[in-house]
Amino acid sequence: MSNDMAIRFDRVTKTYFVDSPVAGGFKNLVLHLPSQIAAMRRRRPFCALSDVSFEIATGECVSVIGPNGAGKSTTLGLIAGVLRPSSGTIETVGRVCPLLELGAGFHSELNGRENIVLNGVLLGLTREEVAERVDEIIAFSELGEFIDAPLRTYSTGMTSRLGFSVAVHLSPKILLVDEALAVGDEAFRQKCIRRMEHFREQGTTMVFVSHEMESVARISDRVALIVAGKLVDMGEPSRVIESYRSQVRAA
Amino acid sequence: MLRTDCGTRAGLLARFNALQRIATLKTAVPAMSGHHRTLVYYRDLILVLLAKEFKVRYKSTFMGYAWSLMHPLVLALIFFTLFTVIGRFQVHAYALYLIAGLFPWQWIANTATTANFYFLGNSSLIKKVRFHRATLVLAGVLNESVHFIISIPVIVGFMLYYGHTPRVDWLWMLPALVSVQLAITFGLGLLIATCNLFFRDLERLVTLTVHLLFYVTPIIYPADHVPPEYGWIFIADPFASIVLCWQGLFYHGAVSPFYLGVAMCWAVVWVAIGLTAYAKSVWRFAEIV
Ligand SMILES: Nc1ncnc2c1ncn2[C@@H]1O[C@H](COP(=O)(O)OP(=O)(O)OP(=O)(O)O)[C@@H](O)[C@H]1O
Ligand SMILES: [Mg+2]
Repeated sequence: MSNDMAIRFDRVTKTYFVDSPVAGGFKNLVLHLPSQIAAMRRRRPFCALSDVSFEIATGECVSVIGPNGAGKSTTLGLIAGVLRPSSGTIETVGRVCPLLELGAGFHSELNGRENIVLNGVLLGLTREEVAERVDEIIAFSELGEFIDAPLRTYSTGMTSRLGFSVAVHLSPKILLVDEALAVGDEAFRQKCIRRMEHFREQGTTMVFVSHEMESVARISDRVALIVAGKLVDMGEPSRVIESYRSQVRAA
Repeated sequence: MLRTDCGTRAGLLARFNALQRIATLKTAVPAMSGHHRTLVYYRDLILVLLAKEFKVRYKSTFMGYAWSLMHPLVLALIFFTLFTVIGRFQVHAYALYLIAGLFPWQWIANTATTANFYFLGNSSLIKKVRFHRATLVLAGVLNESVHFIISIPVIVGFMLYYGHTPRVDWLWMLPALVSVQLAITFGLGLLIATCNLFFRDLERLVTLTVHLLFYVTPIIYPADHVPPEYGWIFIADPFASIVLCWQGLFYHGAVSPFYLGVAMCWAVVWVAIGLTAYAKSVWRFAEIV
């Protein structure tokens, strides 16, 4: 991989086994062994991403758009390394800081402060490094006194505020954001977008999944359109967004 | 009752936090080398996960730490009453014998049942972040070991009552037995936590097996009451050897080198099985959890 590449997908395919027979449990497997084995032979892989290749340069901000179930979150999971491709290769450079799924990576019984430490350490910082940033993170989240309340008492937007605040303060090389801004209020969303623009100036690579075309158009250098597991288009934001919109209108 | 419990709980948490702070102060090294940082990082990861287990458990469980003491104590009371009233076992210091086996067993049994949720209960972490998932199991098992270690004073109390005293060999035997049991429970926990992701109804089977092994293992009856031709059971039972070692330490006054060897073999076997199951399927965790 050349020096200025941050992420590279080379003919990546990801299949899931949807109707795994063991999902019925151990008892089921033992009691119906012959039919279960037959089912295991028959099971069909579901292709969530097929033969996708692209490169993202260091410092680039790429948005991924497409209909529900197209494979956007799967793509981010693959970049983050939590999923393994069924075939093809993926290369990334530097610490990947994923912000996948709202509220994921937190524990609902811990308070905001404890969750910051938990999340920071899971993302690769030592406790000392988290402690250096914790005040900044709390200030950015604007959660005030709620920071000491258990996370289960947070609203959806408050959880996403915390998640975003942690992620942007870990000085990641690659930042992945999966619809995390969708539930933030207007003020916080603006703040996040500004933060991401700031990141872009600093040369952080970003991959941003959103259904909100306004933000996509504002912050991305390029836009990738994924439909039914295929990378249909990738390029200039206004052009790709327009082609997606016309597809939606035509359908 | 309630007040004492809250006191214990708050006290424990405070002590735990203080310990963590001390650890933080000690490691405030300005510039860390790559290798040293990795070590610090893994220690921090395990400490944070352990603290999470601790906090989550004690914030949501009403009786908190008292439960982990009470369960084996109540069991001991039941068996003691039952068997001294019936009078079948002529066992010297039977209450101490029961305690010596029940507390270590509690550690094993708790690991087996909570291990079902080491991965399943942390699905949001597993789906989002790439980290060594086995650390979740390690933190859970360490949590159980902390419970056991803080219950040792209770066992010593029973020993003193029957006129036994801790001996010098505890200095190395105690850490040795804790390490062997840690290895056994780590492997066991890793296997159960992994399998439960694929077979979600494993919990009942595990509970049943643990229950069965409880009676196979010499905990409520002394091992020497068993006819010699059945002695192989204590070697084949994966947990009997370590329990026999604990009884040696707390009750008989000497740990049998033979059973310590057997327990070490079981530790190796459990770690090997656990790690194999884990390594083979860890890449799928995020999609099936
Ligand atoms: N763990 C899984 N097991 C089986 N199938 C899955 C799994 N995760 C996703 N899929 C399937 O893969 C496809 C792509 O899912 P993905 O989450 O990537 O969609 P998405 O583009 O992020 O959609 P959305 O806009 O709704 O977030 C979907 O059809 C989904 O059913
Ligand atoms: Mg998605």
